[in-house]
Amino acid sequence: MQLDDVSRALADHGYLADEGLTTAIFLALELRRPLLLEGEAGVGKTEVAKVLARWTGAELIRLQCYEGIDVAQAVYEWDYSRQLLHLRAAEATGEVSGGAEALEDELYSERFLVRRPLLQALTPGDGPPPVLLIDEVDRADDEFEAFLLEILAEYAVTVPELGTFRAEVPPVVIITSNRTRDVHDALKRRCLYHWVEHPDFDREVAIVRLRAPAVSETLARQVAAATEAFRGLGLYKPPGVAETIDWAMALHALGRSELDAGAVDVTLGTVLKYREDQERARRDGLAPLVAAARERAGS
Amino acid sequence: MTSAPEHLLVGFVRSLRRAGLAVPVGSTVVFAEAVAAVGGTDLRQVYWAGRATLVTRPEDMAVYDRVFGAVWRGLTPNAESFATETFTLLMDAEDEADAPPTAEDDDDGLDGPTLVVRFSPHEVLRHKDFAAYSHAEMDEAHRLMADLHLAGALRRSRRRRPSRHRRGHPDVRRTVRHALRTGGEALERRYTEPDERPRRVVLLCDVSGSMEPYARALLRFAHAAVVGRARVEAFALGTRLTRITRELSSRDPDTAMGQAGLAVTDWSGGTRLGEGLRRFNDQWGVRGMARGAVVVILSDGWDRGDPDELAEQMARLHRVAHRVVWVNPLKASPGYEPLARGMAAALPHVDEFVEGHSLASLEVLGQVISR
Repeated sequence: MQLDDVSRALADHGYLADEGLTTAIFLALELRRPLLLEGEAGVGKTEVAKVLARWTGAELIRLQCYEGIDVAQAVYEWDYSRQLLHLRAAEATGEVSGGAEALEDELYSERFLVRRPLLQALTPGDGPPPVLLIDEVDRADDEFEAFLLEILAEYAVTVPELGTFRAEVPPVVIITSNRTRDVHDALKRRCLYHWVEHPDFDREVAIVRLRAPAVSETLARQVAAATEAFRGLGLYKPPGVAETIDWAMALHALGRSELDAGAVDVTLGTVLKYREDQERARRDGLAPLVAAARERAGS
Repeated sequence: MTSAPEHLLVGFVRSLRRAGLAVPVGSTVVFAEAVAAVGGTDLRQVYWAGRATLVTRPEDMAVYDRVFGAVWRGLTPNAESFATETFTLLMDAEDEADAPPTAEDDDDGLDGPTLVVRFSPHEVLRHKDFAAYSHAEMDEAHRLMADLHLAGALRRSRRRRPSRHRRGHPDVRRTVRHALRTGGEALERRYTEPDERPRRVVLLCDVSGSMEPYARALLRFAHAAVVGRARVEAFALGTRLTRITRELSSRDPDTAMGQAGLAVTDWSGGTRLGEGLRRFNDQWGVRGMARGAVVVILSDGWDRGDPDELAEQMARLHRVAHRVVWVNPLKASPGYEPLARGMAAALPHVDEFVEGHSLASLEVLGQVISR
């Protein structure tokens, strides 16, 4: 596999990555290391895992992190209700042949094991190695991070009652963080790292064209230019790529093929999602913004 | 260049370390592998291979670019795009102390230059030596640490814990475990209830000139808090915002204070509370750190910035935080009224307004935080 193959494959499956991100993804696949992606919300971090799964035809296994996530939700859990039913059934049919110990062994067999995302990723079925997306790792607690580190180091998990599950082929691991807190250094050391930026103007135009093919070239360029201008205003929440696409589609749905101040005014909520940010944009004037965007788009 | 011999790669890593990047040995090996994987024939590929394997924080990108340019002599691809907003916050804390006025290439960030221009006239950059503590202060700080039990107010967690009551959500797991002991008969049913966890506490400590008599004691307070519990974050707020959680996490108070003293380069300068808070909100707070947290601001409210901005940022903070506590050491003096412009602007968005001039008042603060 070459660097160009990655870049082409990503584009074929609807993701336009810049050189840095492409290299990071290539290295993650080639060196079989987890890739930690940090960046502003809405720059397309999660999408990387989705597109990798689409490309390789692998299963996408997603672990959404949140505060208080624990082993039972991330790795495995015993199906207690079924265990209870099994006990009842064994009792009713009088089939407890080997005594209590045999019954207990039976209860803690793989039959009653509920596989959560991390265990799923380590014990895949047939097909290419799955893509494991560990989303928003910064939301989980520190302890969970330490636990994750252990799994990523060995690609193995131990279930005390059953033994160790080890992945024959490690999954492709994509970890994302919005950087609400620093991810621990030890975890970073295990991963490749890339800070995902907002795309530059040309790339953003290309992304809009790719994701919203109905939108005209002119409108796509003007919308990308206006979004770029918004990002330079120092807003609370600068618009991400997802907002650019939504905005272009909203304007298209309203029957616009070019940006004008009136249309921007009524659709501002699709791109700026804080009242203060909208006020700020209106105070600076939408007409000059549109004029500047048209000029930038035309060049 | 046809290939990148190993000694060149190692030399490059060494230069990065000299420039202040923390690169573990393991990463050097991965870097060499990465260069081999990308082919190592194109400098741009070497650049990106290094970026993915040697850099782990956006703040370090500018340093990486500079060293890369110096070592490999030549292009640093789209260098201008790297001076992200993170530069303005963190790079200036490190760089300017050593080399103040040199206009570096990486200052070309979007809001980088404006920030520097706005700050420099008022900023009194100097390092305070923490070794100059008096014994009395030292004793006081030690006592303070020993007595301090800082814990955020409790909130319900998603986790459940075994309940002693016979109601609530059934705990099938424990019920089954118990059933095994009684031959599979679930004689005793078990239940769970929601667990409670302490909220995160965020301390924003004003280190401007007017706070000088109190800053050290309050920083000790912050240190005790950081060491005592994992869920405390501490920032120094002056003409810039510096995150000092890491520095304060050393158990030894002298080491911790020494490190914090080095990290904070704007001791006893002016204050721009509004701008500092804005940066806190943008970079950390609203993204998640302040959400549902108890935010404690330790400041006298003397502010050289724009009171409207301060009010706006306080309102923003107040909307995401569980509670906002303002600690003002001046509040203790008889006849005090919050006349300082900043204080007056901030007060409508404060849940608790407390003193912070003495040990006793800090104990009260501890209670307020855990309430």
